[in-house]
Amino acid sequence: MKNLTASFKIGSIENKSHGSPFWIMVRKEIDSHIRSWRFIILLLLIALTFWGAMYVSMNNIRAAIANISDPDQMFLYLKLLTTTEGTLPPFHVFLNFLGPLLGISLGFDAINSEQQSGTLTRIMAQPVYRDNLLLSKFVSALILISVLFFSLVLLMVGCGILLTGVLIELEEALRILSFTIICVMYIGFWLGLSILLSIRFKQAATSALTAIGIWLFLTVFYQIIVNIIVRALVPTSHQLTQNEILHYNEILLSFLRLAPSQLYTDATNTLLMPSIRSLSPITMEQMAGAIPTPLSFLDSLMIVWPQVSGLIAATVACFASSYYLFMRREIRS
Amino acid sequence: MDNPIIELRGLTKCYGTLKAVDDLNLSIQKGEIFGLLGPNGAGKTTTILMMLGLTDPTSGSVKVCGYNATSNPISVKRKVGYMPDSLGFYDNMTALENLIYIGELNGIPSSEVRERATEMLRLVGLKDDDFNKKTSEYSRGMKQRLGLADVLIKRPDVIILDEPTLGIDPAGVKDFLELIHALSRRQGLTVLLSSHHLHQVQQVCDRVGIFVGGKLLVEGNLDSLSKNLFSDKSYEVQITVQNDTSMVMKHYPELLALEYVQEVMVKEQTIDIVCSWDITPHIVRFFVAKGFNVAGVQKKQYGLDDIYQKYFENNLTEHSQQ
Repeated sequence: MKNLTASFKIGSIENKSHGSPFWIMVRKEIDSHIRSWRFIILLLLIALTFWGAMYVSMNNIRAAIANISDPDQMFLYLKLLTTTEGTLPPFHVFLNFLGPLLGISLGFDAINSEQQSGTLTRIMAQPVYRDNLLLSKFVSALILISVLFFSLVLLMVGCGILLTGVLIELEEALRILSFTIICVMYIGFWLGLSILLSIRFKQAATSALTAIGIWLFLTVFYQIIVNIIVRALVPTSHQLTQNEILHYNEILLSFLRLAPSQLYTDATNTLLMPSIRSLSPITMEQMAGAIPTPLSFLDSLMIVWPQVSGLIAATVACFASSYYLFMRREIRS
Repeated sequence: MDNPIIELRGLTKCYGTLKAVDDLNLSIQKGEIFGLLGPNGAGKTTTILMMLGLTDPTSGSVKVCGYNATSNPISVKRKVGYMPDSLGFYDNMTALENLIYIGELNGIPSSEVRERATEMLRLVGLKDDDFNKKTSEYSRGMKQRLGLADVLIKRPDVIILDEPTLGIDPAGVKDFLELIHALSRRQGLTVLLSSHHLHQVQQVCDRVGIFVGGKLLVEGNLDSLSKNLFSDKSYEVQITVQNDTSMVMKHYPELLALEYVQEVMVKEQTIDIVCSWDITPHIVRFFVAKGFNVAGVQKKQYGLDDIYQKYFENNLTEHSQQ
């Protein structure tokens, strides 16, 4: 902690004369990411996905807006992000799969490749704090991802204005902005996890495989396992009262929400579809008297707040363990 | 002499039950070239890492340039340039970019850094054409030079080179060591050099320390080391003659009677004379006066090889006795 405050102090002093070591490291990391083939391929992949999703939704936007029974029909730009005709999933669902890939591929060799090539010792022999290296790896990748997503979303909005002539409303702008932030945070979690693995494993290939293994487990197998366990423990449903079923459902959902992909899905769905009122099952009594209207932005944000803090907590946990592992470790190759 | 630039006191580092460095005491003066000599796994690199605060010692203290390296590593790293044994550069950057990056991390203003990096690359003898080559195209020797530039760009007071001659060809080694020597003399740099190549250390070092099994067995300059070690037979002269053995045997008592001569061994036509003082001219004159055809005179000097060998033997016998 003392080191950390000292590093900030030194950073602020040196910032005035010539960039602090931390920002020099961030600049170099961004530089080498942008020039790498890996990033160009990922960029193309994300851009292609975005373009595909947009193309499909542009074709169907007329029908979606004309659908009066849908309470969200007034939100043109949210509809642009969520409408599909069934051939291609909407962008935010796509991102549920692609986001981890992006995070993992930007971080899986962060530390171990430096150690393998012998640059780690050389950098550590310079007057910089050890945590600056770790932080710069994380921050630089996060900056890249943010720039990528913000520009994609802004492009989408710009194209929408050009094509439809409808101006974006504040409510929509805020929702889309927070959607983008949640995307960046979701990818940030995977980035943190892959940096942690890159410290733990000496071989880049091992750490990449482990990260992909965790990703597959959380997105595919975790839900199956939770379902199997719940089915084994819970008595058959026709013996239960409605309240008990609700209760068990609630438990099932909370276990599912341990997976970050579930948190992300919940959060983005709520933000992009303003008519979603609750993320847990609702009884008929609770629904009685409710008018199917969209929620305000703040109300939606309140609903997803636990999800957002869960994502942040998971990222922080990954990053804290990275610190713990890295600060104490021998750096010789 | 009172104010050493590197001072190690009771330095110990344990990895589990293994003692990598064992109660090391060492001080190095400003402007000195010190050779840390020892076989692989003797704990040289561990000691160096502790000097830079990259590894925490189990006990003992390290002071470099007046700063405690364990509690204040950043200040030490500002003053000390370190070249690791396995040098690595960012392969996707050019040599100049690599060097500029290190310069910037050391707080050199961006207006000066390019100029200073170019100056350093010239200083270590890299050609202008190579500056903008990717480091992946560099040969081992060029990388080593780039590594030296990398160490020098921060204008250090002390440079620590871990196995700097590893993997370069003999001509390259000679050039490289001469460069280090010249730089040290010109800029008053203190150099700590670790190596297991005895001859190379012998060429440039003012003082050496022999390091085996985590312990500094002995330190001092080459003369004093050989005097300590070979006190019982300090000078040895080997003379080859073209005469019969019988003629040698005839003069044997006279030879033994010469002043300072301790022992004479005759083996066919070569005569080994051990004496307590350097009387080579005297011995040659003696042989010539007696009518010998002297074909060769060789004065045996103890190089680091012998010293090293001797210490190693001693150490081994001590261990086996235990």
